[in-house]
Amino acid sequence: MCRPRTAAVRYDQVTSGTAGTTGGSEIRLEQLTKIYGHSDRPAVDNVSLTIEPGEFVVLLGPSGCGKTTLLKMVNRIHEPTSGRIMIDDTEVHQLPASQLRRRIGYVIQQTGLFPHMRIEDNVATVPKLLRWDKGRIRQRVRELLELVGLPPEKYARRYPMQLSGGEQQRVGLARALAAEPTTMLMDEPFGALDAITRTRLQDELKRIHRQLRPTTLFVTHDIDEAVRLADRIVVMRNGRVVQFATPLEIVTDPADDFVADLVGANDVLRRMSLIPVASAASARARDSGEPSEQISGSAFLREALGRMVESGQDRLTVVDEDGHPDSELSLDDIRRAVGEESEIPAPHRAAGDH
Amino acid sequence: MDLRYLRENTDVVWEKMLEHLSLSLTALAIALPLAIVLGVLATRVRWLTTPIVTAVSILYTIPSFAFMAFLIPEFGIGRQPAMIVLVTYAQLFLVRNIVAGLKSVDPSILEAARGLGMNEAQLFWKVWLPLATPVIVAGIRTALLAIIAMATLIGYINAGGLGELMFAGIGRDYPSQVLAGVIAVAALATVTDLVMRALELLTPVARARRHAAG
Repeated sequence: MCRPRTAAVRYDQVTSGTAGTTGGSEIRLEQLTKIYGHSDRPAVDNVSLTIEPGEFVVLLGPSGCGKTTLLKMVNRIHEPTSGRIMIDDTEVHQLPASQLRRRIGYVIQQTGLFPHMRIEDNVATVPKLLRWDKGRIRQRVRELLELVGLPPEKYARRYPMQLSGGEQQRVGLARALAAEPTTMLMDEPFGALDAITRTRLQDELKRIHRQLRPTTLFVTHDIDEAVRLADRIVVMRNGRVVQFATPLEIVTDPADDFVADLVGANDVLRRMSLIPVASAASARARDSGEPSEQISGSAFLREALGRMVESGQDRLTVVDEDGHPDSELSLDDIRRAVGEESEIPAPHRAAGDH
Repeated sequence: MDLRYLRENTDVVWEKMLEHLSLSLTALAIALPLAIVLGVLATRVRWLTTPIVTAVSILYTIPSFAFMAFLIPEFGIGRQPAMIVLVTYAQLFLVRNIVAGLKSVDPSILEAARGLGMNEAQLFWKVWLPLATPVIVAGIRTALLAIIAMATLIGYINAGGLGELMFAGIGRDYPSQVLAGVIAVAALATVTDLVMRALELLTPVARARRHAAG
């Protein structure tokens, strides 16, 4: 993906046509360190990372590992002790903090919606700060509410406290996306939601990200969430980056015992719930007839195994996003994929629930 | 109940009541900006919270007649010392509620506002203050009622208002005149209370709550 080399996009000039052309910035962290005043141990310790334009990167680690601090240095909620952060070719301190932040979408766990404002005014926050004209703001608000699955005619005039937790976080997402940011920062946005709502919102976020491609940094301590969403995962511990790799690499080839433990890499079921069907499937055997049971290529092996057990078949047809048969998955494929790196899982190892 | 004075001098009582109200509102108008500065300072500068809140509490404990007596050598009698007394006493209710109101706002809402790119002024006027208004307006109501009550005492130093009526009545040993003042002050306080409660319902937060409930 090409990115603007000349001093970033002028957001106030971006036309608000139908969403889908935003694209992402490159984010470069250079030897970033943060030491809080009262502490002698760095919260973030000499971290250097390059996030590609449009990439979805999850910062994963136990609480206190520095992932949130790292995230909040990008929009200068926290200031680094040393090192620097480049967004495209602009160092984040070249702009006043408030101007920088208007270009960066920001979603937090508690939603932070303004309870005294209607949904439409919450979503319009950044466009108003950028002094868009009224017609354009109204148009954009409608577009965004549609995008996050909240019909404007039903939701625009409501207040946040009239909405469920999941709906509120959809508004939070719409508000963050309002001025077409090329960078999104999300701090455990789904952490307070129930499991079903969380999964649904993860899917929607994935869809929206695919559509708009803002470069996204997403903090979580939930490995399932990380694997589901991430193009790449940054595993952090004690302020340092332990591993920066794709979800599959992290599960099948953890950098050390800490990562292996964190992602439950040695637990067969865990591994099966992290390896996507598409990566284990093999080419369709054209002559032997098509298995009647279908499974999506983006589902995980655990679900595929469940489907096999339920249906009594040991082969499934793998379909792509549009529902077209794409490849095939057999029990042997699953066994091969799970066993690839760690021959036989040690039986004494408890199925640790991380 | 001897309502003769009230019946025969309705216009005088009415005039004194309006004077009383105008005195009280003037005192509030002076007290409120001062209280906002003190309240915001007490909220933003953490080590100032206790000193400021303690100071306004201590000022409130000074007996009013003693306070007036203390001011007379410097300011004489009349409006000026009266205003100083009213403004000082109002600080307790105003500052206490401004601090409580500002502190009651969920920090994550403020972080979101900052994170979206509001500068400190926008954050304060668009988010922080509006969300604190229900508590602050309740404080203004209490302060105004306290001022109205206190303002009867300043009639003693010829600052005007219904207090003058009452002290004149006491001086002339004319209970009907005193009673007229008492009734007028009670009526003024009751109406003020109702008006302020109505204002509380007009704050954005109250409107949002009503929406959610209905």
